[in-house]
Amino acid sequence: MAVKQLSIFVENKEGKLVTITDAIAKAGVDIRAMSVADTQDFGIFRLIVTEPEKAKQALESSGCFVSITKVVGVAIPDEPGALTKVVNVLARHNINIEYMYAFIAVAKKQAAVVLRVADNESAEKILKENGISLLDENEIINI
Amino acid sequence: MENRYFQEEFETMPVEDIKKLQDEKLVKQVKYVYDNVKYYRDLMDKKGVKPEDIKSIDDLHKLPFLKKDDLREAYPYGLLATDLKNCVRIQSTSGTTGKRVVAFYTQNDVDMWEECCARAITAAGGTNEDVCQVCYGYGLFTGGSGLHGGSHKVGSLTLPMSSGNTDRQIQFMMDLESTILCCTPSYAAYIGESLKEKGYKPEDNKLKAGIFGAEPWTEEMRRDIEKSLGIKAYDIYGLTEISGPGVAFECCEQNGMHINEDHFIAEIIDPNTGEVLPEGTKGELVFTSLDKEAFPLLRYRTRDICVLTRGKCSCGRTFIKMAKPMGRSDDMMIIKGVNVFPSQIEAVLLNKGYAPNYQIVLDRVNNSDTFDVYVEMGEEDFSDSPKYITSKEKELQDAMKAMLGINPKLHLVAPKTIARSEGKAVRVIDNRRRYGITI
Repeated sequence: MAVKQLSIFVENKEGKLVTITDAIAKAGVDIRAMSVADTQDFGIFRLIVTEPEKAKQALESSGCFVSITKVVGVAIPDEPGALTKVVNVLARHNINIEYMYAFIAVAKKQAAVVLRVADNESAEKILKENGISLLDENEIINI
Repeated sequence: MENRYFQEEFETMPVEDIKKLQDEKLVKQVKYVYDNVKYYRDLMDKKGVKPEDIKSIDDLHKLPFLKKDDLREAYPYGLLATDLKNCVRIQSTSGTTGKRVVAFYTQNDVDMWEECCARAITAAGGTNEDVCQVCYGYGLFTGGSGLHGGSHKVGSLTLPMSSGNTDRQIQFMMDLESTILCCTPSYAAYIGESLKEKGYKPEDNKLKAGIFGAEPWTEEMRRDIEKSLGIKAYDIYGLTEISGPGVAFECCEQNGMHINEDHFIAEIIDPNTGEVLPEGTKGELVFTSLDKEAFPLLRYRTRDICVLTRGKCSCGRTFIKMAKPMGRSDDMMIIKGVNVFPSQIEAVLLNKGYAPNYQIVLDRVNNSDTFDVYVEMGEEDFSDSPKYITSKEKELQDAMKAMLGINPKLHLVAPKTIARSEGKAVRVIDNRRRYGITI
């Protein structure tokens, strides 16, 4: 069920981000969501894209250091209280969120949340049991 | 300043007499080493030189060289020339891959070493009326104990502060009215800045002189330190293998260091051919000890590149002068006063499961060395979590600190990103050269 995320290592140097976005653009891959984690020296650029394997290849041939991480995709309605419901379920079951980010399809009144947890399968199981809809790879890029 | 000497008889000895003294001592030292140090006897036998062949310092070139590798190979006792029961001290330099260089001292050796330091302190104007603050590190490193012993011999009131804890250094300096400061030049500069930050003016302290060594520094840095502390700053040179600081020291002229020639013979050689070069030529500095008992070394190659000149000095000393070392004939770096070899960094990386793809970048910020190590991580080291990478960096940094004694700033970088020239990675980028520092 889990969704593939590209994790790209980016040194804090001028032009590094351009290499990444250029490579993805030239491969004809569309970016759906992104988030950046940074320290003083480097950042990790996290992307949900339409064709992760193709993007990974393109990035690697441009000299980028990239890996594919499995994350959990969740669909929630675009309304007040929707996110807290998800977070509450995880908190009640002592599941720690390492990081999360989201993107919204305003027209569809829907949002997709990307969650990174230690154990995808058990998190997915618990979310499902609590009536929260999960997104697979196809769904998340078509939201 | 009035010219004062600690041992005037030797320090101002006519050059012909120094040579005569060196002749006598050399013949004795060579025979002593041949009789007592099997390692060196084997080297002499291999070269076909007998102690009888050495009749004066003109025969010195016949003797084989000793290198740092010999000291490592002979570790720990292979170059010891006397019974351990006659020894009273061990000192050591930082080493590579766990093998350090250790040097042994009898009481006479310690006395000789401390007298050399006493000469340096006296040349800087020190007397028994001075308060001498020693903030070189104490311990295996020779800086602390050398100047400490020298200060005792001069009769100065000695403040054995060791390095670090700058607030306490400044408090003691002000409260106990230190007049002479002994430390690395970068630490002196740091103390100067700290004093200024605390609102002190240079004339607020009682310091008059500083004796600074163990790392390369420039004339510009000397002027900065002199201005910020309101003192005269003197250079001192030495190495553990030969005794420690005080092998050579600066006088009031501040233009080179007098080598204590009654205890050591200095030669300059071509580092490639080993050929002895004439005075005034740039080359590798080689020392021969003349009266050491525990750890006598004949023709020890320092790997320091410098120039020797003998001329009339206004201080009255007749000892030959060495210029500040201008570089190294090996890949050793001196970082924050500590000797570091790239091979040490490599050893840590291999030990921790990294490929030896790394780069060392040195620079100088506010008169203090910066030391950055960039290491390429393996594919399997990368995750989507910065925390994981930072913890790997910390682990590697701690291992390097344990090996080197100083803390690098460690950076993990993506594979194949460290610049390579002609396929070979550039291991060291020393930006300190911009400031005229060549080691």
